[in-house]
Amino acid sequence: MKAKYYIIFLGLMGLLASCEIDNFDEPQSFLTGGVMYNGTPVQVGINEVGFELWQPGFGKSGALGVPLNDDGSFSSRLFDGNYKLVFVGGQGPFRTNVINAQQLDTIYVNLKGDTSINIEVTPYFIFASSQIALSGNTINATCSLNKIISDATVERVTLYINKTQFVSNNNDFNIAQSNSADVSNITSISASVDIPEFSTTQNYIFARIGVKIAGVEDLLFSPTEKITF
Amino acid sequence: MKKYIYILGIATILNIGCSSDTEFLDREPTQLLTEDQVFSNESLALSVLANLYNRYYDFGTVENWASLSDFNVSFWSENGRYGSFENNGYGYGDWGTWDYQYIREINLFLKRLDASTVLGDATKSRLLAEARFLRASYYFEIVKRMGGVPLVLEPEEYDFSGDASYLQHPRETEAAIYDFVIAEAEAIKDMLPTDANTKSRASKGAALAMEARAALYAGSIAKYGATTPLVTLPGNEVGIPASKADAYYTIALNAAEDIITGEAGAYALYTKKPELDDNFASIFYDKSNNPEAIFVEDYKLQSGKVHGFSISNQPRFGAEEEEGGRINPSLNLVQSFETLDGNYEPLPNVNNLGDPIYYNNIGDVFAGRDARLAGTVILPGSSFKGKPVDIWAGYELGDGTIVSGDSRGQQKTLPGATSATQVVGFDGPINGLEFTAQTGFYIRKYMDPKAGSGQRGVQSDVWFIRYRYAEVLLNAAEAAFELNQPDKAAGYMNEVRTRAGITKLLVAGDITFDRIAHERYVELAFEGLYFYDLKRWRLAHVVLNGVPISESEITQNIGVATKIHTQPYGFWPYKIYDPGNANDGKYVYKVVRPTRVTGADRFQLGNYYSAIGQDIINNNPKIVKNPNQ
Repeated sequence: MKAKYYIIFLGLMGLLASCEIDNFDEPQSFLTGGVMYNGTPVQVGINEVGFELWQPGFGKSGALGVPLNDDGSFSSRLFDGNYKLVFVGGQGPFRTNVINAQQLDTIYVNLKGDTSINIEVTPYFIFASSQIALSGNTINATCSLNKIISDATVERVTLYINKTQFVSNNNDFNIAQSNSADVSNITSISASVDIPEFSTTQNYIFARIGVKIAGVEDLLFSPTEKITF
Repeated sequence: MKKYIYILGIATILNIGCSSDTEFLDREPTQLLTEDQVFSNESLALSVLANLYNRYYDFGTVENWASLSDFNVSFWSENGRYGSFENNGYGYGDWGTWDYQYIREINLFLKRLDASTVLGDATKSRLLAEARFLRASYYFEIVKRMGGVPLVLEPEEYDFSGDASYLQHPRETEAAIYDFVIAEAEAIKDMLPTDANTKSRASKGAALAMEARAALYAGSIAKYGATTPLVTLPGNEVGIPASKADAYYTIALNAAEDIITGEAGAYALYTKKPELDDNFASIFYDKSNNPEAIFVEDYKLQSGKVHGFSISNQPRFGAEEEEGGRINPSLNLVQSFETLDGNYEPLPNVNNLGDPIYYNNIGDVFAGRDARLAGTVILPGSSFKGKPVDIWAGYELGDGTIVSGDSRGQQKTLPGATSATQVVGFDGPINGLEFTAQTGFYIRKYMDPKAGSGQRGVQSDVWFIRYRYAEVLLNAAEAAFELNQPDKAAGYMNEVRTRAGITKLLVAGDITFDRIAHERYVELAFEGLYFYDLKRWRLAHVVLNGVPISESEITQNIGVATKIHTQPYGFWPYKIYDPGNANDGKYVYKVVRPTRVTGADRFQLGNYYSAIGQDIINNNPKIVKNPNQ
């Protein structure tokens, strides 16, 4: 009998003590957008490239990492406030644009409610065109690149195929990949790969062309294509 | 009446309690030693130093079996560890270290010892040199992992002024830390004993070996860092200018040759035992008059300082505890051991036409290999502690079907037989069953053959060798090669290779970068050095490139430094069951990838130097971040 009252009392205490004051409201505002070159999204590997958001004014600082999706878009739910957006040095198959002499390539973001921004960058190359097609059991890809930064060179071009839409150079579920034999003429690059036996029962795969630029770690990708067979 | 007694009582207590309390409280503490006491007695000072020795940082150590066997030189046969083979990358913070408390305590020790006037000069000089050796060792460790760091050589005090900025030091250049390590080694080498039998404390040999290794690492970062311009910082906190390479290689060669010529004591290759594979294994556990070990972390039975490496990795069948078998060396490593006539060959399990080769005895496929193979790895058909291991994956029937089990030593009735027989080894290999040899191999290096070493109540006192003579020879060979003295390099390499039973001597023309890299890969496997070799040659992102290895690729390009190493493979023996056929009872071997290996490791450029924590940068804004993170 006594024990019951204790339990009720403790429960009440717990309810009163724990729920009200120490909880913050969750962040409410979305920061969305994409990494663009002249309005065209720059396609990258998923979770491979990202930028950091720094919010000054709260004592010790720490970055909020925001990764990019494979089509160069991003979405992050944040508290309203003033943020500084920076790319980590050497990240991405592109160079950041200097905005002015004072802030260099740091982008100031004033977040107040849902905000959409497009970040203009200068990629080393862009895809002028890319086709991925199925022929028998072989995936054939051809593409043409435009060079944007004059001293960039293509190291290799790789065709990746994957069971899921998350095709990149860093994925467990890539089922095959193949390098292009010749990358000397960037307006006409081709690669092909045979679809191997794989364990999942599905009549489609996803494919993507990745371009490795000499001296740059992250790859530039073509848009992901779903190929049904 | 009672009242008076109380008053009297209280008065008495007050009287007794208060009369002499200054003397009462003013006593020598019995559980603390003062600074003066410690630094006026040699053995007390030494025991402070022992604490500092005990905190030495090893990247790989026998106290943590996984640290010696990472990067796909082995598969880890333990349920909680498969994740390392299912993921495909490393965190930027992995392998980081930032123990300035350790540095401060060494600095304090140096300052206090230096101030002592009671200890004799010889004693003091040796202890000081040892502490400086430990400090240089830690700076060497931290520069390997983090790049250039603040160089703090005094025990600094905070003055409580509210402004700590005078304690915030920027990062030195990477070269400056290597220069410090080299200069310290030079400065202390003659203060340390020239005695090859001083192994667990710093000696002249240890200082020179550290100098040679540090200079070699710095030289290769200078030379090969040019291939990865992204792995540098503008202030050279990471990255060493290529122009410094030759100077570092020269220092490395000179320091190594000082040891080789006997200037630091009578070090030599260990050649006590007639059987070459047994001889190689003994280097790591024979602690009496072992001329090869230069500087070790020593252990002692029944002292509390023991380790469980043998428990973790003993062959599971007949083990002294119900565990073991964790490190399973991979086929990638095993096939890299050359044949005795000095050729790279895959293990001959199939002939030119792709048909299986049948062996009468289970271990025959490994015959005629570099003796270091059997000295490093417990192969099927060999034994440990006199007990044969039972590694075979199952029966292959005449029509090619496999009969195997999913528990250790399982029995099944074979077709045409009347009673059940054992169809899989007691040591596996069984896919996904922890503690069995899932690659078909167990590790032998650092395994303790003494009875009881596999018992939790006893454990092992095998030492961990931090510097040994064979590595010094290989360091000298690499430095000589980089300085265009290939004949000298060939000579040093041949010493190591002859000890392993390889009959064909190398000549100057044979010495290539791949040769050097290969020799270090096989000689120094499971010694915690492979990772730094990959890093300093800037090969880590090449061999760990995130691309899975196919079954046809694994046996190709043996001995090529850029061969990809993203997944561990296995090599499984099967017994033939085909009564009436000539091959009945013989063995065939199959190359397999353990099914738990689903990821392929990818080393990113940001992994070359571990991330410095944001808390450290917040406390000291002068610290710049490492590149690509």
